[in-house]
Amino acid sequence: MAPFRRTAAIVLRQFYLMRGSPVRVLPIFAWVAVDIVLWGFITRYLNAIASPGFDFVPVLLGAILLWDFFTRVMHGVSIAFLEDVWSHNFLNLFASPLSIREYVGGLVFTSIATSALGLITMVVLATTVFGLSFFVYGLMLVPFLLVLFLFGIALGVFSSALVLRFGPASEWIVWPIPAFLSPFAAVFYPVSTLPPWMQKASWLLPPSYVFEGMRAIVSGGAYRGTTLLLSACLAVLYIVLASWCFTRIHRHAVRTGLLARYSAESTG
Amino acid sequence: MTGKRTSAGVGDSVMPKVLTVEQLRRLYGKTAAVDGISFGVGQGEIVGLLGPNGAGKTTIINMILGVLEPTSGTIRIEGADIAASRVRALERTNFAAVYAPLPGNLTVCQNLRVFGLMYGVKDLGGRIEALLEQFDLKRLRHAKCGVLSSGEQTRVSLAKAMINRPRLLLLDEPTASLDPAVASDIRMQIHEFVSRDQVGVLWTSHNMHEVADVCDRVLFLSRGRILLEGDPGALPRAHGMETLEELFIAVAREPLALRRT
Repeated sequence: MAPFRRTAAIVLRQFYLMRGSPVRVLPIFAWVAVDIVLWGFITRYLNAIASPGFDFVPVLLGAILLWDFFTRVMHGVSIAFLEDVWSHNFLNLFASPLSIREYVGGLVFTSIATSALGLITMVVLATTVFGLSFFVYGLMLVPFLLVLFLFGIALGVFSSALVLRFGPASEWIVWPIPAFLSPFAAVFYPVSTLPPWMQKASWLLPPSYVFEGMRAIVSGGAYRGTTLLLSACLAVLYIVLASWCFTRIHRHAVRTGLLARYSAESTG
Repeated sequence: MTGKRTSAGVGDSVMPKVLTVEQLRRLYGKTAAVDGISFGVGQGEIVGLLGPNGAGKTTIINMILGVLEPTSGTIRIEGADIAASRVRALERTNFAAVYAPLPGNLTVCQNLRVFGLMYGVKDLGGRIEALLEQFDLKRLRHAKCGVLSSGEQTRVSLAKAMINRPRLLLLDEPTASLDPAVASDIRMQIHEFVSRDQVGVLWTSHNMHEVADVCDRVLFLSRGRILLEGDPGALPRAHGMETLEELFIAVAREPLALRRT
């Protein structure tokens, strides 16, 4: 009960922040909406000029929706963490009975809430305005979202660990991580398009399996559940590694005095 | 003047300790920020941790709060070792420090609710109302902490520090930004809290009048070591000084001329 209560305190703090600040809530909806509108019109244009019979909507618009969902999950964790960096709150938090597991749990629950809002926005826009039907993907949509969610959590925790290790300025490394990964994740094209060395890197990324699967299903081909299971296992492995990394860096920060100096201006 | 408490047993070595520090040492490279110090804080006792800048006061407080690992030594809060039983130790502890303000983007009430939840406070709503009343924060309950004056922020930090009715309270210059009248009120409130709940307090301050007024015992630190220890009223005379402030200056300028009594 006590661990749950402390995790709930972290979520409550994030809820208060969002409730009191529209500028924090707006990006949850705005960026994903802009992406869906932009890519929705691009797919319409491509459908108009391309040879009949191929529908770009489930391939491109579906891909951007899933990729944005992954990005929102990752940013959901890292933004919640950065709120504590920006408000110099580490000393108050880590001098309390709160454990690292409870703290990271609070960040993850916050991300679930914010990314779910973003997903709902995207789904509503993509289906009502641009005619994207999720029936195309069938039940595989659930494991697709699950794999992307797990990998987003892993990257969010890892990027938070980076900021804890290298200081507040390193947030600028965190923001472009999804953009850096997207060429390797084969969001818009098959993995076979990539040169061999990039293909090897691509198969280390769980989203690659999701987007390959999505394209296979849309083109009427089969996609083996075991392949998706492999990507889910890979994503879980990354969560374990990211959590280990965060715990190690926190431990290092306590040992070296970095955590105390994150807030304390003096060591009088 | 707040008037120092005269409760029997204060400072007595046989009274139960809420804080026990043994052979605490913290090295940064080859430099010892804290160099093998031992001390205790008893129930209902206010201990002043004094010393010039760089003496190791904040380093000691950070180690007691578990945010800085000692190189060696042990810290026990009501018997719970901070290294082995961190959660149990910190559930009974709280702190207020000028360098750790509460998040400015939450209101007073929101901050107290978040930290009350974190510390597992029972009847949290009632506890928050009592603290708002005690620290004259009722009219500021919906104000964001970032827009409060430094004195108001200090009062909010103190309210947070007392929200879990800690057994050990660490106060790092708690009245530094308060005007004398408010500072006097705050000292009185801390006194009442300590007397009523038999809390142990470790208090750092550069205001020697305040220290003489509130502390039952003082520890003078210099270069990570306890140089002097004793009653703040008697200690200056024992070293040929008139006031605690004179003694502080002597410790800061010529620590080698003084030795622990």
